[in-house]
Amino acid sequence: MKRISLACSLLALLMAPLLMASVGTGQWLKHVPEKDRVRSNPLAHDSDATAAGAKLFHSDCAPCHGADAAGRGSRPTLRSERVRRATDGELEWLLRNGNLAHGMPSWSRLPEVQRWQIVRYVHALPI
Amino acid sequence: MFRLSFASFLLCCMFSSAVAGAQELPYFVTYSHHMEEPGSLEVEAKTSSGQPQDGDVFYGTSTEIEYGTRAWWTSELYLDSQGTVDESTIFTGFRLENRIRPLMREHAVNPVVYVEFEDINGANKSLLEVVGHDVAADLAEDNRTARMTKEREVELKLILSSNVKGWNVSENVIGEKNITHAPWEFGYALAASRPLRMKASSKECHFCAETMQVGAEMYGGLGDVASLGTHNTSHYFAPTLNWAMFNAATLTVSPGFGLNDHSLSHVYRLGVSYEIGQLSRLFRADSRNVEGTAR
Repeated sequence: MKRISLACSLLALLMAPLLMASVGTGQWLKHVPEKDRVRSNPLAHDSDATAAGAKLFHSDCAPCHGADAAGRGSRPTLRSERVRRATDGELEWLLRNGNLAHGMPSWSRLPEVQRWQIVRYVHALPI
Repeated sequence: MFRLSFASFLLCCMFSSAVAGAQELPYFVTYSHHMEEPGSLEVEAKTSSGQPQDGDVFYGTSTEIEYGTRAWWTSELYLDSQGTVDESTIFTGFRLENRIRPLMREHAVNPVVYVEFEDINGANKSLLEVVGHDVAADLAEDNRTARMTKEREVELKLILSSNVKGWNVSENVIGEKNITHAPWEFGYALAASRPLRMKASSKECHFCAETMQVGAEMYGGLGDVASLGTHNTSHYFAPTLNWAMFNAATLTVSPGFGLNDHSLSHVYRLGVSYEIGQLSRLFRADSRNVEGTAR
């Protein structure tokens, strides 16, 4: 029993750097189903959506990603080419599912319309 | 009892520069699949109040300290206390719990495994769950006698939770075992809630529909291994409302109603929670201005 516990602990220690190394590398993009990838933002023409998204971002996302979205510690910046190139559907999928194994929580608790508002704001961020 | 809760709340307010604003679901008994954000700490004081038919009014308080260990793993410590009018105010024990999400994606139904160890005494009246043959008459026992009963228990829950069109619907199946003697006892909790307004406005607002959630909970006992069922068990229905007051503080209220003769006629609940986002950063001097490090 003791040996099994020790083996599990060693395995966890070995895996930790690998998990950390994949944070912010955009691996999650490979897992987005096609039907989600091509979804368009229903608020694409809503003039208020970006401002509302900014408000939500500052209450929900800024504690990890920073008020300027430039990243904090191991939490990745959102002001990057990768995020800019991601489709609205991909970002909404990430917000809904999170990337739990790599530290990004699921934001499914937010109503879908609020996730789209955040997506509008994130896509409007300067690089 | 209240001093402890109030002190915890004030302590959290001191960290107002690191608040996080995600609104919690308005549940007191039911758990959903939503976990604490990793690295964030939430402190909540929950009070439940009622009066058994042949007893005095009681106020059971739980101070809940919840930490996001990982995005898929949340740990909690509860410190329970209780005050009964014309009797005494006493510490009634602690609970340690862990919730783990085994599936890493969002599904139609999301399971969470809940494991808890509790070391409480018979005077505990926090009513965080109702299991087995817990009935209102148990709550009428005087503190001096009730506190002599030790309850060291392991509690397992299967939490199933879904988000559908802005609604959260959660179901909990509870199994509890006293580790020294007594059979497994069972219970359930069901809940549904939704925000009053789905779409966020672009303006700051503190007292408006988008900062409030409404819902309802239903919970009760299902007997034990020897007598599974609803015979001699208590059940409650409770509408519930929460309000994200300011920054990361949330106020939750819930008047509950007993559904049979074995239940308390009313249970009133009040909860105040405060969330500190990314707690560990408060203790790291180099945590600021590191933008671009993960670019």
